[in-house]
Amino acid sequence: MLERIGARSVDDLFSVVPEGARLARPLALPAGQSEVELAEHLLSLAARNTGAGAVSFLGGGCYDHYIPAVVDAVLSKPAFFTAYTPYQPEVSQGTLQAIYEYQSMVCQLTGMEVSNASMYDGATAFAEAALMAARVTRRREVVVSAAVHPEWRETLATYASAGALDVRVVPACGGVSDVAALRGAVSRQTAAVLVASPTFYGTLEDIPTIARGAHAQGALLVVGANPVLLGVMQPPGELGADIVVAEGQPLGNPMSFGGPGLGMFACRQDHVRQMPGRVVGKTTDVDGKVGFVLTFSTREQHIRREKATSNICSNHALNALAAGVHLCALGAHGLAGIAEACIAKAHHLEAALVGTGRFERVFDAPFGYEFTLRFRGEVRAMQEHLLGRGFLAGLDLGAFDAADAGLVSFAVTEKRTRVQLDSFVQEVAQL
Amino acid sequence: MYPKELKYDREHEWIRTEGDVATMGISHFAQDQLGEVVYVDLPSVGDTITAGDAFGEVESVKSVSELFTPLSGEVVEVNETLADAPETVNEDPYGDGWMIKVRLSDPAEVDDLLDADGYQAFLAEEA
Amino acid sequence: MKSPSEQPALTGTLIFDLGSDDSRCVEPPALDVPAIALDEVLGAPRRSAPALPHVTEVDIARHYERLASTNFGVDSGFYPLGSCTMKYNPKINEWACRLPGFADVHPYQPASTVQGALELMWGLQEALAEVSGLPAVTLQPAAGAHGELAGLLAIRAYHTDRGDARTRVLVPDSAHGTNPATVAMCGYEAVQVPSDERGGVDLGALRRLLGTDVAAIMLTNPNTLGLFDENILAITAAVHEVGALAYCDGANLNAILGKTRPGDMGFDALHINLHKTFSTPHGGGGPGAGPVAVTDALAPYLPGPLVAKDADGRFSLADPARSIGRVRSFLGNFGVLVRAYTYIRATGVDGLTEVAEQAVLSANYLKELLREAWPLPYDRTCMHEFVLSGSRLRKEHGVRTLDVAKRLLDYGIHPPTVYFPLIVDEALMIEPTETESKATLDRFASVLLRIAEEAAENPGLLQAAPYTTPVRRLDEAAAIKQPDLAWRPSPDR
Repeated sequence: MLERIGARSVDDLFSVVPEGARLARPLALPAGQSEVELAEHLLSLAARNTGAGAVSFLGGGCYDHYIPAVVDAVLSKPAFFTAYTPYQPEVSQGTLQAIYEYQSMVCQLTGMEVSNASMYDGATAFAEAALMAARVTRRREVVVSAAVHPEWRETLATYASAGALDVRVVPACGGVSDVAALRGAVSRQTAAVLVASPTFYGTLEDIPTIARGAHAQGALLVVGANPVLLGVMQPPGELGADIVVAEGQPLGNPMSFGGPGLGMFACRQDHVRQMPGRVVGKTTDVDGKVGFVLTFSTREQHIRREKATSNICSNHALNALAAGVHLCALGAHGLAGIAEACIAKAHHLEAALVGTGRFERVFDAPFGYEFTLRFRGEVRAMQEHLLGRGFLAGLDLGAFDAADAGLVSFAVTEKRTRVQLDSFVQEVAQL
Repeated sequence: MYPKELKYDREHEWIRTEGDVATMGISHFAQDQLGEVVYVDLPSVGDTITAGDAFGEVESVKSVSELFTPLSGEVVEVNETLADAPETVNEDPYGDGWMIKVRLSDPAEVDDLLDADGYQAFLAEEA
Repeated sequence: MKSPSEQPALTGTLIFDLGSDDSRCVEPPALDVPAIALDEVLGAPRRSAPALPHVTEVDIARHYERLASTNFGVDSGFYPLGSCTMKYNPKINEWACRLPGFADVHPYQPASTVQGALELMWGLQEALAEVSGLPAVTLQPAAGAHGELAGLLAIRAYHTDRGDARTRVLVPDSAHGTNPATVAMCGYEAVQVPSDERGGVDLGALRRLLGTDVAAIMLTNPNTLGLFDENILAITAAVHEVGALAYCDGANLNAILGKTRPGDMGFDALHINLHKTFSTPHGGGGPGAGPVAVTDALAPYLPGPLVAKDADGRFSLADPARSIGRVRSFLGNFGVLVRAYTYIRATGVDGLTEVAEQAVLSANYLKELLREAWPLPYDRTCMHEFVLSGSRLRKEHGVRTLDVAKRLLDYGIHPPTVYFPLIVDEALMIEPTETESKATLDRFASVLLRIAEEAAENPGLLQAAPYTTPVRRLDEAAAIKQPDLAWRPSPDR
């Protein structure tokens, strides 16, 4: 090859790099490992993550659901995972159709008309929803409930810090949004009201009332949802939501230490030109065959550049594929069954924990499969002790906000067996 | 391709004036450059537009172009048919592909426009 | 009438069209706690069932196998997409991220129970710092564009802290679309800097544009033309002279691994695309990851938490002192980070330098094979990619770069990047990467030369290509004018 190029050595090809920038030493990195050594190294790192064996009640936006084996079988097909973004649709119908099907399923779950091809995670989808509402209404202010996950609110604050939005946070009350205060905070300067149901506490919101408060002033309603609960709960699209976002990890994606997740994003057809992210549409080819393409591209950065709806240049295609396969494997019947199992187990545990006398109820609001109780004692010490007994005893909400000190949230999925629940309750009773 | 009775500007708009109302659209050159038009974003009746500003956008599959007005005034009519049939802009740019009608606030601005020959000379320069 | 043995068509059969009302795949487990009255418990009536597919596992397996068979990935063949670095995705990466000790770990577990995960992240932070020449690294951003956002917001915070809020960011005319989009998202005005006749930044124009209202310049080096800007030290010096900072879009890092480092070129911040340079798979559009590396001066502003290692070798999470705040939930795309870490450990110090050398060698070789038939807008040594222009084919035969791309599909090769960068007419951007053999490169060159001949002999053939793909050219205008973005059940169900 060098001969054909007319260079004497590979170094010639790098002669354009100025002296002052040339690296004069090897990179301070270890030598490469053979596959067998590397595998051993990775296994030893993985073995030092002891939580994978514990009985976990951790939630907070990332949930330990069962993933059917068929999901990973599909994800492992190289034609799916080694492919690029489907810019050449003639050889990307697999990816494009899978995403169209995913979009369709998101619309069914959320009760909305249009879904995009996914975003990075629930938190960034939430922030992008606020920016979209500002574009649609041409207003700057967004009103956010403090009952929304603090990391989602923080992400929104970071996105807003560049000046496009003014964010007002309205305190929660009784573990849910203070609906009257939310309504009071909305004015004709408000682009959107943003809530989540379930909240960070696991409680469920009164979406129709919140929607009326937003719409009365011409503001949009953004609702963050849990996709498993959407198997049994009224979809936000039927309750007045204008944009629905969700963390889609519970559908077919492992927890994976928090990422990659799946930012679900759905809105009304009317607003599609202001929707961020990629979207797949159905059309026909020159022979009249049905086919799929990326569409409405003029919203996006590669065409509209500084006037784009977002700088986003990717989607979480593989995670969306996982969610799609997962939903096919469950079907509506299976998804509802899983949701009911999670809710039943959570309510069983909640009552049993309160029954030990070590935890007390603080909120009246209904909840799905995550709930918050107050611990009568030192939360940290309790969790450390129970960890020693093989349990990840919920989330210390005081670590997120000092005002919530003493509160612990528990998530119970279909993977938690009666035996595990009962032995956890026994351990708690003996604290 | 460039009707003699119309005026043009350097942003590839054509202008027809009748009294103090001007009708505007995009020229043959512009629609050819864009390819098939799939969406036209126009102002609303009653909006005020100012010479030199963008008053809307025209989109093809893979591109977006702003529409600039060389004249100032109030929008009195908007071509609603373009919502369902945006490709009319390609098929009949000077007729059914018209975009907006404006009641001029400063009719003297028309004097700065190019005639058909001037526009074609401009196109040749730019090529 | 359809014959009874006819299979569903390869394309166009939706999963919603398969199965029957009582098809089942996975059943929920039997309830081992008392059942609840759902309506009462939730305080609202239960919903009517969403119209999801009802299929068996056999239906699912065959449906997705059919879909996969219509998809072209790196494992299918040559994928010379300029600026995307479509290198081979090692399968050890896939094994690693699926280990239960990585996949089944919750992000809120106490640090003592996730020392392995934190050590992996710390090791990756260190490796990326070394590769970039910039000491402080956040693994939080989920993509390159997301990294740009974090990096530019950090720069903004840096200036604000100094009471020196600036309003403009300079971006070359050859820049990737995410750069100006990010500039706008960060509340700045994007100002274009022209390129000179050598394809680099026009230094004179740059100096005229620089002033104390400029917050930063966003550059890629090598740039989107695949050319290394030999004036880079002068450029970053000029930028620093007015108190502005230099941001590096790391999309083209594959060309310079172990040879030079953005930090040594004078850059203050850099995002790295793990799904490009570090072999994590593109997944049909994502997920990727866009870690950001910065100087000590910018380190306090990074989104946190970052992984820290104490004197006893324990790992923990710590927020930078003046952080701009998080840009997403949890810590980062951990599953992607595992793959990149695995790749770096497998490739090692010598291997990474060889990656850059081979990538650059292969690109220059291919350029030589093609230059006769395809005009080279910038005739000089390229780095890991180069740009050809299809303008001669268009002028002489009416054949556009789009037509060439579609014809390549008939030869079983994924087209290069087309119509980017915007400053080259009928652009064709080719990046072979280091994982392709000389035989593959030779075949690609001969195919492109053959297509140039076809353009002369029979332009119509190219204008209606492809012919052999699962679908042919699609009506993209109709997709916009009569949008169909989701399947809906027919009303009579």
